[in-house]
Amino acid sequence: MTVPELASTVRLMLNGAPREVVVDNRTTLLDLLRDRLDHTGTKKGCDHGQCGACTVLVDGRRANSCLLLAVAVDGREVTTIEGLADDEPHPMQSAFVAHDAFQCGYCTPGQICSAIGMLDELAEGWPSAVTDGPVHLDDGEIRERMSGNICRCGAYPHIVAAIREVAGGD
Amino acid sequence: MTRTWQAAPSVGHPLTRIEGLDKVTGRARYAGDVPLPGLVHGWVVPATIPCGRVLNLDVEATLAMPGVLAVLHQENAPRLTDIGEGTLFLFQGDRVAHWGAPVALVIADTPERAREAAERMRVDYLPEPPDTVFRPDHPGLYQPEFVNPHNETVTEKGDVEAALAAAAVVVDASYRTPAQHNNAMEPHSTTASWADGRVTVHTSTQYPYAWSRSLAKLFGFAPGTVRVRSEHVGGGFGNKGNPPRPESALAVMAATLVGRPVRVTLTRPQLWPLTGYRTPTAQRLRLGADPDGRLVAVEHRASVQTSRLVEFTEQVAIYSRPMYAADHLRTSHRVVALDVPTPRWMRAPGEAPGSFGLESAMDELAEACGLDPIELRLRNDPTEDPTSGLPFSSRRLAECLRVGADRFGWADRDPRPAVRRDGRWWRGTGVAGAHYPARTVATTAHATALPGDGFEVRVAAADIGTGARTALTQLAADALEVPVTEVRVLVGDSDFGPAQGAGGSTGTASWSWPVVTACRDLAHRLASGEPVPPKGLTSTFDSADAVAARGDFARYGFGAQFAEVAVDVATGEVRVRRLTGVFAVGRVVNPLTARSQLIGGMTMGLSTALLEESIMDGRFGDYVNHNLADYHVATNADVGELDVAFVDDPDDELNPSGVKGLGEIGIVGVPAAIANAVWHATGVRQRDLPITPARAAL
Repeated sequence: MTVPELASTVRLMLNGAPREVVVDNRTTLLDLLRDRLDHTGTKKGCDHGQCGACTVLVDGRRANSCLLLAVAVDGREVTTIEGLADDEPHPMQSAFVAHDAFQCGYCTPGQICSAIGMLDELAEGWPSAVTDGPVHLDDGEIRERMSGNICRCGAYPHIVAAIREVAGGD
Repeated sequence: MTRTWQAAPSVGHPLTRIEGLDKVTGRARYAGDVPLPGLVHGWVVPATIPCGRVLNLDVEATLAMPGVLAVLHQENAPRLTDIGEGTLFLFQGDRVAHWGAPVALVIADTPERAREAAERMRVDYLPEPPDTVFRPDHPGLYQPEFVNPHNETVTEKGDVEAALAAAAVVVDASYRTPAQHNNAMEPHSTTASWADGRVTVHTSTQYPYAWSRSLAKLFGFAPGTVRVRSEHVGGGFGNKGNPPRPESALAVMAATLVGRPVRVTLTRPQLWPLTGYRTPTAQRLRLGADPDGRLVAVEHRASVQTSRLVEFTEQVAIYSRPMYAADHLRTSHRVVALDVPTPRWMRAPGEAPGSFGLESAMDELAEACGLDPIELRLRNDPTEDPTSGLPFSSRRLAECLRVGADRFGWADRDPRPAVRRDGRWWRGTGVAGAHYPARTVATTAHATALPGDGFEVRVAAADIGTGARTALTQLAADALEVPVTEVRVLVGDSDFGPAQGAGGSTGTASWSWPVVTACRDLAHRLASGEPVPPKGLTSTFDSADAVAARGDFARYGFGAQFAEVAVDVATGEVRVRRLTGVFAVGRVVNPLTARSQLIGGMTMGLSTALLEESIMDGRFGDYVNHNLADYHVATNADVGELDVAFVDDPDDELNPSGVKGLGEIGIVGVPAAIANAVWHATGVRQRDLPITPARAAL
C-alpha cells in the first residue's frame, strides 16, 4: 500500500502488546484490526453500530469498533476476542461453548466481549432501562443489557444461560 | 430399507460443537477473514434508478483517484455465458433492472480508497418509469409454469366451488405478509485468487459445490477451474443458497482483470438489493367445513412478486397440499415481474408465509365452529397426503399437538377472546400446526483411514451454524465404531465432489447418507485386514442411485407451535411471553444443536410475526429501511421463554440415518400461533404481518 493521502500514526495497546501503525485517517478501529493487524476475530456485521458484532473492550469498556476511528484509540488499551484467553479460554468463552450460545458464530466474539463489559457495568451499579430498585443480576437485566448484540441465529436463551453461569446471581 | 434405528454411542448425545472453541476465540476464519498477500478490494457502484439505461460512466475520473487499480463495467467486462440467471449476467449491457444493481466495480489497493472512489463515481442514466409496488390486484399477475423449486403451480382435487357452496361453515379470508430480508450476521463476502490455472473462491455460501459449477459455467471455464471454499459461514437462512450471489462473480471477474487476489464484501445496505429476500405475499384462504369441523373444502391462492431478471415464484400455497384432509382441495399461485430486486430463498420458503395463511384460517374456522383449535386440527389429520394420495413415511402431527398441549398447559384454556386482562395487558394463547418437507439429495463423500491413528471424512457440505460438522462427526464415529475424537470431518470445499448444500433442511439427511455408507465400508475393509497405505485408505460413496431407488412416499417433518402473548391495552405493543414448539423430525442426531436450530427458527418466527418488514419506496424501487436500525429483527429483550420438545419419530423411508432435517420447521407456524394468540387476547384478527402496535391496538 502506498502512503495514504491523509495519514496518522496510531499507538495503542492491543491485547497487552504495544502496536504502532500508520493509518489512513478514514480507517475505523474495526478495519484497523481486521485489515491491517490480522485480528479478524472481531466481525463486521453492519458497520453502523446497529448489530454489535464488532464489540471490543476499549480501556475495559465495551465499544462498537466500527463507530470508532482508529485515530481515536491512540494511547488506549484495546482488548479483542483474541486477547481474552491466556493458557485457558476465558470462562465466558467456555460457557458459550458449553451452553451452545451460538450457531454460526459470527456475532459471538462481539457477544462475549459485550457480556464481559456488561458484567463490569452491572458490578459498578449502572442501571439499565429495566432496573427497578437496586441493580442486581437477573435474566431480564441480561436480556436488556445484551440487546445491542444481535444474534440472527436466535441463540438468545443460551446466551443468557451462559452469562448467568459465569456471573452467578439468581 | 434396513432399520438403522439402534441407539449408538455418540448419536443422540449433546456433543458441543466441534468448532466451538475456534468460534469463541476468534480463530474461525470466515470468507472475509482469509489473509492473502497482495490482496486488493472491489467496491460495488450501485444503480440509483429502478429502471432504465446507463448512458455514461465517468471511468477516467475514477481511475485518477488515489489507489484505484481498475474499474470493471459494461465496456471492459469479460463476456459471460447466459446460464439463465440474470442476477449474474453482470456488466453485459446497459439495462438497469432494479435499484442497487451493480453498474461498475471499483478495484483499489485499500477498502477505504475503493469505497471513496466508488461512491464518488459519476454515472449518467436514462431513467424509465418504474413499476415497483406489489399488490394482489396487479394486472401483471400471471400463472407461471411452475413454482419453486419445481412444484406444480396449481393442484386441484374434487370440486371446491360446489363443496364451498354446500358447506355448513365457511371461512373466506385474505392474508398479507411483507417483504422480509434474511439478514444473516455475516454480510456476503468473496475473495478470489488465481494460481496454477485455477481460481480459488473463499466465499460465504451454503452451496460450495453448486457455486463452483455455476461460476465455471458463467465464465466459460473448464469444469474444475473454480474451487469454492467456505469453511465457516456466518449464517445463511437461504440468502447464501444457490445460485451464487453477485459479489462472487464480481470477485472472480475482478481477480481475472487485475491479476491479483480481490475481495468484494457487500455492505449491509447492499445486501438488500443484491442478495435476495422473501417476496411479499397476498393469500386468500377459503375453508368449508361440516358443523362438527370436518373440512370438506380447502382453497389456498397466493400471489407473489419477482424481478425482471429471473422468474422466482415462492411456493406459498404448497403448505396447504399435505396438511389437512379435504375431499375438495385447490391450491394456486400467481406472480408479477416488477422493477425490483430479485427475491430469493428465505428460511422455509413457501411454508413460512403459507402457514401464516392456512394456520390462521384454521383458527378462524375453529372459532366459527365453536371448536377447540387443537381438536379441529386432530379431526382433520389425514391418513394419506390429501393432494398426492401418497402414504406418509411418518406423520406425527397429532402427537406433536397433544404433547405440546400438555407442556404448554392448554387444557384449562378459556376459548373466549378478550376476557383476560392483567393490569395493562390483555393476555391470550394460540396454536398452529407446522410441517416441512423431508428431502434427501444425492451427495458424494469420502472416508479415509489415516496411517497411524484417526479418520478423515470429506464432504462438500457447509456448516452455516446448523451444527452439520458436529452431527456428521457423530454419525461418522458411530459408523466407524470409534470415539468422535478420532474423526475429523472436513466440509466447505467444492473439491470434495458433488454435494447438496445447506438448504431446504436437506443438509444432514443428504450428507449423512454417503458419509455413513463410506464409513461403514471403510470399517468393513479395515476389519477384514486390508492394510492402510501411506496415503491412507479411502472409501467413497455416491448416494445418487440409492436416493433414486427410494419408494414413493410423502415425506415431511411435523410440528406444533404454541404462543402466549400479552398486548398492551394502550399502545398495542405485543410481547411474546413464551413459545412452546414440539417437533417430529425423524432421528435427532444431537439434541443440543438441534434445540439451537429450533429455538433459532422459532425466534425468527417471532421476529416475523412482530417486527420484520422491508418497506418499498415505489418511486425509487428501493427497500428504504435497508439497515439493522430500521429493519428490526428480534433482539435478546424481545425473546421470552422458549420450550422445545421432540416426539419420537422413527421413519425407515428417509435415509440410513433416519433424519428429516430441522433448519426450517422451527419458523413454520409461529407467526400464525402468535397472531391467533393476539386474537385470543384482544378479539381482533391479525391478517397482516407484522403485527405492529398500530395493528394490535384496539
